[in-house]
Amino acid sequence: MASLAPTFGRGAMTNHWVDIKNANVIVIMGGNAAEAHPCGFKWVTEAKAHNKARLIVVDPRFTRSAAVADYYAPIRSGSDIAFLGGMINYLLSHDKIQHEYVKKYSDATFLVNGDYNFDEGLFSGYDKDKRKYDKTSWSYQKGSDGFVLVDETLQNPRCVFNLMKQHYSRYTPEMVSKITGTPTEQFLHVCEMIAATSAPDKTTTFLYALGWTQHSIGSQNIRTMAMIQILLGNMGMAGGGINALRGHSNIQGLTDLGLLSNMLPGYMTLAGEKEQDFEGYLNARALKPLRPGQMSYWQNYPKFHVSLMKSWYGDAATKENNWCFDWLPKLDKVYDVLQVFELMHQGKMNGYFAQGFNPLASFPNKAKIGEALAKLKYLVIIDPLATETSEFWKNFAEFNDVDSSKIQTEVFRLPSTCFAEEDGSLVSSSRVLQWHYKGADAPGEARGDAEIIAGLFLKLREMYKQEGGAFPDAILNTTWPYKIPDSPSSEELAKEFNGKALADVTDPKDATKVLAKAGEQLASFAHLRDDGSTSAGCWIFTGSWSQAGNLMERRDNSDPSGLGNTLNWAYAWPANRRILYNRASCDASGKPWDAKRKVISWNAKESKWTGMDVPDMRPDAAPEENVGPFIMNPEGVARLFAVDKMAEGPFPEHYEPFETPIGTNPLHPNVISNPAARVFKDDLEAFGKARDFPYVGTTYRLTEHFHYWTKHVRLNAILQPEQFVEIGEELAKSKGIKAGDKVKVSSNRGHIKAVAVVTKRLKMLSVNGQPVHTVGIPIHWGFKGLAKNGYLANTLTPFVGDANTQTPEFKSFLVNIEKA
Amino acid sequence: MALQSLDIQRVSATTTPPPGVRQTIEVAKLIDVSKCIGCKACQAACMEWNDIRDEIGSNAGIYDNPRDLTADSWTVMRFSEVELEKDKLEWLIRKDGCMHCADPGCLKACPAPGAIVQYSNGIVDFHEEACIGCGYCIAGCPFNVPRISKKDNKAYKCTLCSDRVGVGMEPACVKSCPTGALVFGSKADMIEHAAERVVDLKERGYSNAGLYDPKGVGGTHVMYVLQHADQPELYHGLPKDPSISPMVALWKGVTKPLMSLGIGLVALAGFFHFIKVGPNEVEEESESELH
Repeated sequence: MASLAPTFGRGAMTNHWVDIKNANVIVIMGGNAAEAHPCGFKWVTEAKAHNKARLIVVDPRFTRSAAVADYYAPIRSGSDIAFLGGMINYLLSHDKIQHEYVKKYSDATFLVNGDYNFDEGLFSGYDKDKRKYDKTSWSYQKGSDGFVLVDETLQNPRCVFNLMKQHYSRYTPEMVSKITGTPTEQFLHVCEMIAATSAPDKTTTFLYALGWTQHSIGSQNIRTMAMIQILLGNMGMAGGGINALRGHSNIQGLTDLGLLSNMLPGYMTLAGEKEQDFEGYLNARALKPLRPGQMSYWQNYPKFHVSLMKSWYGDAATKENNWCFDWLPKLDKVYDVLQVFELMHQGKMNGYFAQGFNPLASFPNKAKIGEALAKLKYLVIIDPLATETSEFWKNFAEFNDVDSSKIQTEVFRLPSTCFAEEDGSLVSSSRVLQWHYKGADAPGEARGDAEIIAGLFLKLREMYKQEGGAFPDAILNTTWPYKIPDSPSSEELAKEFNGKALADVTDPKDATKVLAKAGEQLASFAHLRDDGSTSAGCWIFTGSWSQAGNLMERRDNSDPSGLGNTLNWAYAWPANRRILYNRASCDASGKPWDAKRKVISWNAKESKWTGMDVPDMRPDAAPEENVGPFIMNPEGVARLFAVDKMAEGPFPEHYEPFETPIGTNPLHPNVISNPAARVFKDDLEAFGKARDFPYVGTTYRLTEHFHYWTKHVRLNAILQPEQFVEIGEELAKSKGIKAGDKVKVSSNRGHIKAVAVVTKRLKMLSVNGQPVHTVGIPIHWGFKGLAKNGYLANTLTPFVGDANTQTPEFKSFLVNIEKA
Repeated sequence: MALQSLDIQRVSATTTPPPGVRQTIEVAKLIDVSKCIGCKACQAACMEWNDIRDEIGSNAGIYDNPRDLTADSWTVMRFSEVELEKDKLEWLIRKDGCMHCADPGCLKACPAPGAIVQYSNGIVDFHEEACIGCGYCIAGCPFNVPRISKKDNKAYKCTLCSDRVGVGMEPACVKSCPTGALVFGSKADMIEHAAERVVDLKERGYSNAGLYDPKGVGGTHVMYVLQHADQPELYHGLPKDPSISPMVALWKGVTKPLMSLGIGLVALAGFFHFIKVGPNEVEEESESELH
């Protein structure tokens, strides 16, 4: 998500599952949709069956997706930017871009600050000691009117287009092959297939998942592909876009609701510690347009923010107290999970709540996580299952060899319900909020998560009331309008997220026209106000439960266009829009690029945008007004040049994984790995070197299981009962390993033992003139559940993450393997 | 009799002719290997619908699990890695299970009256209440499908969900398939659908794509779309030209009347021991054809 927002404005899958069927070319890279998303993969087979689509899979392993692909190319794990950067170079040098689209809908024409540069692996402004960039020079040239200067002729050497061209000119097919190990002819074949969709009536869609995010350059992997989609003119098109396949059911809902340490609901952000001033906080987020006439929709930030604060604090939030801005925490740094466990490991935390979360299994370097948990005074587990984390203190022989007598952490296990035991909504990758119903009562003493949290909250509030405390205001004034206070219902919470009018809301153009009466549920976030007259717990969800009722319950799958855009099926944020940036599916005059896949078009007769989707545009913005299709960006267009939005540079650059099998970076040997990634001191020492650990380890899921949950389920345990690792035939032969042998896989952080699957599907690759073998490590085993006990795969993985999101580098590290 | 309302066409070890007045449509399940992602949802659905649970086994160095068909696993995915051209790997994933032959070797070989029936829609079903556990069905099967349960010493295999089909539903595995690799309907419709799939595959470069509906067993009610229909053995040893062991025909034609005359039970046991190794010979033959 941290790469799509800097490029397009919103951090979400741009199209939707069903829309995959409209693609001409489908690329699965950085993911394995058939394996991890088998139900959604149905739409890939539909595209093949009914649209003659071609499926390309690029992956270190010949996966289940590759099994049904038209073309497969191998790649070394962690080298995707080299591959995609090479593709950008190919598209530019073969003139396979959609010129009008690029010129009108991207920042290609924008002029960049003269101080910006890139040299020997580093962008301008690098501070080596802080491992951070001063991003001042990563900016545009502006005119005296405050708007960005552009060169429509694309001749100026400082325009984004030319800087991009220059940046990727180094990514020749030979260099690509040298870094990725993909044979040159296979790389070029993939380029050719994708380049064909630069035609306005052809689209490629990309499906990716954690195979791109779980790298120290994860966000930039995705950025590179996003740039390709801009160059091809595929954004906003039916059958195009970027389909970020989320790794968990409802993980989209998690980010939507801001359940990350630096986020607020609806992709608003918490203030930093230097942002104590409310006006300044808002101004930094309510960005003014950078080009004339652009919507820059985040200008409405104050409306969303004030409505959120009214939802949280009700009458206590007033204009006078800046809507309780002072009550919100101000961050000195981001408290992502790696940071939290680092602090815990340093003994700086007393307690930890793991709610629906199994960090001992799910986070890198299991030994470090276990040591950290052992330093806590208390640990609270809220989960439907008896997780490994909840028994981290117990000795499970070789699988968890700890001395319980030395661990004093008090563990509370609060059994919770699972999704099938409660009513509620899930947000799918497609941004669709779909209501579901309880299928069965929860066993034993399990309670809903809301009930558990409500119980804790009410007890705490009672204690604050009676005993006082350092800062009771936020706790005492939190609104709690639920019928049964210790058990808020899903319906009540959903209505609260949607928001309501606190006073009559009138049309700004006509004060006599009431849009919503006081007390009514709001129909649109366009009705939100910054004067305290509206509340909304998550502004992007506004409209999902309006006066018309719970729209998430809708189940009308009628599809008048035949393109699968079922507007009456549940509810998609934002505003029930199914294809984001759909204004870009039309040319500048408002006519669809491809009549066969008309999403919306300018209806001159009615002077508005109409079509089979909710227009992603001010409905009456005539084409002559030149309002850009990327309405969230102050530029109005998509960013090829990410300005200051990314930690490690405005253009993606290939950096090696922190544990690199080749020990150098062929592009710039002095800057090997991501120079802006945060690395904690102890973890730097725990990185291994290729001389001790010569093989690339990569972790992943199997269809038969979901994470560490389904090993508790007998059916799944039958289908894949025992831990295994996969190696290619060449490596197996050289190590004397046969299929079915028990092997020991070790990294600098520990080892696991598993059965060896010897396969043709993992090939040796030639990288930078040396052979590179991959060891594939499925993650699903542990020491709790019905499947055979196994080692936690994250015993092996390194404690380092992406520089923007801190998503750990699970996909590329170094291991050794030997017969056990 | 089991819970079904289907008309019966053939019954094992029974001379009374079955009723033949009602017309039913011949059904078939089509397994499109080129669309299969090997997710094993069909295996899970089969276990759930039929209330069977195999042992939690072990990993033998392959993806296949359970490793083989058992009395509790009526369908399993067979994964084969094939490299017909250099650098063009194929991972052929075939759902294995009963083929529901039009001319069922199991039924022909079965000595227990009413233990194996063929419905007029083509489904071949085992009625375990009549099964004597002799295992002759295994010997009679050209696809090595039936398994004797260690729990009750009776033979089990896929029923093509005759209980679901009998009330107008598709088999559980078909219902669960996410990619449409499994489809179910009248045999005529399935042949037509397969023909379309073959056109698509040929257009994608699989010049030998085709339908697997082997004539040697009179055709089957479970058919495959194969990318390489000329080499079915690539798909984990799917027999190229399956047929019922000649020994079963012999048993039907000669030995059975002899037995009804009460002659040589001991000799018969020895004879069937010989028949039981028959299918292995067939496999060896088909393998040698490969080379």
